[in-house]
Amino acid sequence: MNPALLFDVALAALAVVAALSAVAGRDLFASVAFYIVYGILIALAWMRLGAVDVALAEAAIGAGLTGVLLIGAWSQLHRKGATETPPGPSSAARLLAAGASASVAVLVAVIFVGLPADGAGLAPAVRENVAESGVSNPVTAVLLNFRAYDTLMETIVLAVALAAVWSLTRDELWGGIPGLRQHARDGGVLATFGRLLPPLGLLVGVYLVWAGSSMPGGAFQAATVLAAVWLLLVMSGAMDEPAIGSTAIRLTIVAGPALFLAYGTGGAFLGTFLGFPADVAGMLIVAIEYVLTVSIAATLALLVAGVPRRQE
Amino acid sequence: MSTALVYALCGASLVGVGLYGFITRAHLLRRILAFNIIGSGIFLLLGGAGSRQGAVSPDPVPQAVIITGIVVALSLTALAVALLVRLVEDTGRATLPGEDASRDA
Repeated sequence: MNPALLFDVALAALAVVAALSAVAGRDLFASVAFYIVYGILIALAWMRLGAVDVALAEAAIGAGLTGVLLIGAWSQLHRKGATETPPGPSSAARLLAAGASASVAVLVAVIFVGLPADGAGLAPAVRENVAESGVSNPVTAVLLNFRAYDTLMETIVLAVALAAVWSLTRDELWGGIPGLRQHARDGGVLATFGRLLPPLGLLVGVYLVWAGSSMPGGAFQAATVLAAVWLLLVMSGAMDEPAIGSTAIRLTIVAGPALFLAYGTGGAFLGTFLGFPADVAGMLIVAIEYVLTVSIAATLALLVAGVPRRQE
Repeated sequence: MSTALVYALCGASLVGVGLYGFITRAHLLRRILAFNIIGSGIFLLLGGAGSRQGAVSPDPVPQAVIITGIVVALSLTALAVALLVRLVEDTGRATLPGEDASRDA
């Protein structure tokens, strides 16, 4: 077996072990920690598969933001004493569940191995048409042009999910501010990083959108970096979360999907919904991506922040 | 055996692991973890299927679909966490009714 394949097998085995530790471990906090490790391992797996755009998204969203969200959830449950471990199921029930789950895994694996090997997929079609998309990164071409429909729906799903989270607000806190006011010790690690990293994060975010048209990167990865900057500013006490009743914040959230929809409708007047000729599409895609990035960043950061907990 | 096959089989195992956690653990935060593990297992299967041609980078269409999937999974996780926190606030329990005594956290 060649060394690269050996590495792949070891990485895949590690990911499965981390996942097992996350679901089967005793301590809930350790499980959350294992899940974050698992996310990083999966991001590495995407690198090995050559899917750099996916690796960026998995590292930033799958491991990073989901990790912050889960640790936040754990600490809220811990405060209310809801992280206890009640007695487990009988070993017979556990064995039955293990047998059933293993059967499903084997079935899925057998089906995968049995897939016809000669299918070229859609890669050739993308390669032939990428010149007409206005961008040269094939993944961005699919996201913002060939399958722009999916991306439009996705940005709407994000906004709707945030509305759903907000709908769990208690009546007396409606329009209030998510989370507790954070304070960091002056000169401490968090306060220092809260000042050092945001400008760099901002730069990386702006770069990732620009790079996304020709290299790995794009609006979603950039938005996650910006959301991380936002969360860091809040955690270090440099900035407070905005009130969800703020008109400015609501406009920021809908600006991206609204502009995207307007772009699509504009295309419809020229012939095809979301379809534009290559000479203007490139410029329009980058412009839309920048607005989308700001909207998605705000939506992601607020999704992680959760429901309002205080007024003012 | 190719790299694509290794990660696709890893994805199939992850679906199994996630399913096992989802069945045996009653604590809802565990179920949210299990749901995310099943999801990323499916993404790996899809990515593996898109890399079987041995090209330098996999089929961009599954890649784009997976990126969309990762973002949607995060929004669902955020909603699930908000529902869970509200459930704990209202009932003091992080398990569904009828499941708290018989199962593990």
